[in-house]
Amino acid sequence: MKMVKPGVYFWQGNEACAEGAITAGCRFFAGYPITPASEIAEHMAKRLPQIGGIAIQMEDEMASIGAVIGASWAGAKAMTATSGPGFSLMQESIGYAFMTETPCVVVDVQRLGPSTGQATKCGQGDVMQSRWGTHGDHAAIVLAPNSVQEMFDLTIKAFNLAEKYRTPVIILADATIAHMREKITVPSLEEIEIINRKKPEADEKAFFGFEEVPPMPAVGEGFNVPVTGSTHNEYGIRFTADPMVHRKLVERLNSKIENHVEEIAEVETYNFDDCKIGIVSFGCTSRAVPEAVEEAEKRGVKAGYIRLKTIWPFPEKKVEIMAEKAETIIVPEINLKQLFYEVERASKGLAKVVPLNKIGGGELITPEELLNKILEAAN
Amino acid sequence: MVEEIFSIRKYLRNLKLPFCPGCGIFTVMNSFLRAVHNLGFENLKSFVFCSGIGCSSWISSPYFIADSIHTIHGRSIPVATGVKLVRPDLNVVVFGGDGDIVGIGLSHFIHAARRNLDILVIMINNMVYGMTGGQVAPTTPFGVKTTTTPYGAFEHPIDAPKLAVTAGACYSARWTTAHPKELRESIEKTLRMKGFRFIEVVSQCPTTIGRRMGFKNAGEMVKWFKEKAVPVEQVEKMAEKELEGKIIVGEFVEREKPTLTENIQSRMGRLRIEG
Repeated sequence: MKMVKPGVYFWQGNEACAEGAITAGCRFFAGYPITPASEIAEHMAKRLPQIGGIAIQMEDEMASIGAVIGASWAGAKAMTATSGPGFSLMQESIGYAFMTETPCVVVDVQRLGPSTGQATKCGQGDVMQSRWGTHGDHAAIVLAPNSVQEMFDLTIKAFNLAEKYRTPVIILADATIAHMREKITVPSLEEIEIINRKKPEADEKAFFGFEEVPPMPAVGEGFNVPVTGSTHNEYGIRFTADPMVHRKLVERLNSKIENHVEEIAEVETYNFDDCKIGIVSFGCTSRAVPEAVEEAEKRGVKAGYIRLKTIWPFPEKKVEIMAEKAETIIVPEINLKQLFYEVERASKGLAKVVPLNKIGGGELITPEELLNKILEAAN
Repeated sequence: MVEEIFSIRKYLRNLKLPFCPGCGIFTVMNSFLRAVHNLGFENLKSFVFCSGIGCSSWISSPYFIADSIHTIHGRSIPVATGVKLVRPDLNVVVFGGDGDIVGIGLSHFIHAARRNLDILVIMINNMVYGMTGGQVAPTTPFGVKTTTTPYGAFEHPIDAPKLAVTAGACYSARWTTAHPKELRESIEKTLRMKGFRFIEVVSQCPTTIGRRMGFKNAGEMVKWFKEKAVPVEQVEKMAEKELEGKIIVGEFVEREKPTLTENIQSRMGRLRIEG
């Protein structure tokens, strides 16, 4: 068995994520066991050696992301997978990957925190950790699958964005999506777009600037590349005090993502620009939305939705368009209002933004609960 | 034929070095590059250097004309793990301080030795957190006053070379900056060896701990190292009481074992990642 054959499969979300990574070209995985993400490590451990890759279980999450960064600089596409607690431990290195422009993919299969919380239960409490978990000014790319199919598709997209923008990309999954089994279609390789990092020409020396996304050599290729998480100039030389060098570097690192929100931020919409009641959701919670909207329409309420496949950068223009027509925007999430404030900010006071939150025991927001909220808002 | 004169400059970028006058890092840098030169490496293209945070981590980054990955504090060995697994053909060398390697990064040090990861780790032990101004380290001698132990250190220092032996290293040694010849020979030997190799270099930080310990200059500290050094071969004949406050120098282990790369290769039948 080498690459997975195109066709229809019945897979678990975590399995689909691992196969998506392999399809995208991932050949290095380092991880540490944690519920509900362990199946990704198990699948990678079995599959990667079959196709010339390496999977290793490290001593902790800090080592895992460290090895991933080393592997990426050695030229491999690399990934790690974890959940909230391990994701917290990785944050310092995620900032390092951002600062050093190291492409890599980090999967956070969210569980119910804070702390150990209800470790086996579903949660969506890492929305802000995925955006602001590491210190300093940084941009984040965070994708949120809501099906087993998207665990496959968005993992490929995550690698493509990581390679294209030379930045860490986070997949913000959740225990529900990761553990459920669904039908999934694996397309043929010709149908899948795969992006690889831009390599430098033989005489190039500037791997950290001048271009929006500079070319990236691998170590051992003779480029003598100095990689550092300290502020550095276009050639990678450390400047720990010069204000201009810092400004230039960090502003470019942020703008190379912020200038491409339209391309990066993917949403699924339904009547989003012409509804009375709008819903903005992501991940497992978004699976209840189409049914609730359909039922609302049967009752004469014009409802619509934006489903975020990309949470960060936040597709604020889409939300603003929704807010121009909608009276109320409902934000259902399995946390205590994390996406809510972002939607409120993006709607610029044009619509009333209402939270719908539920935490504990892995219970999801049901279509009935959402329908009731829609009807309540409509009357 | 004129014998080639060794010049450290051919391996260094034309940048001003940031280390304080009298710092032991100069000795380590010199010993390492002399060893590289003696082994016939005209440049550092077959090397990758990984380092963390601390003065010692600046040895390779960005001063060596080489690929160098200057990581976050304590995680140089994990990053080296990723590099070595993907590119087993490269010489991966880690430079780090005692705080980096056996403080915040201790777990990685032990696990890399356990795995027999094929890298050389050179730990410059100045017995203190020097870059941050002289706080107590896991290597600070008992009783020594630092900025965070103003009444004297109340913990005992870690014995990193012994730990490396127990964890499974193929080579483990300790020298001081008063032993530049032995250090260079040790580096030359380990650069020809396989497996997890560890060299601790007890080094002076005249700026922080040196002043607090009452040394007037770097030279006094180096002299002190020379006086305190006991060859490992003599240790067996000495009583525990006699060894108090001494610095045991020499080679603690030298052995051959299959490396992590070899073990992976024998299990998975691969050497280098495709594409």
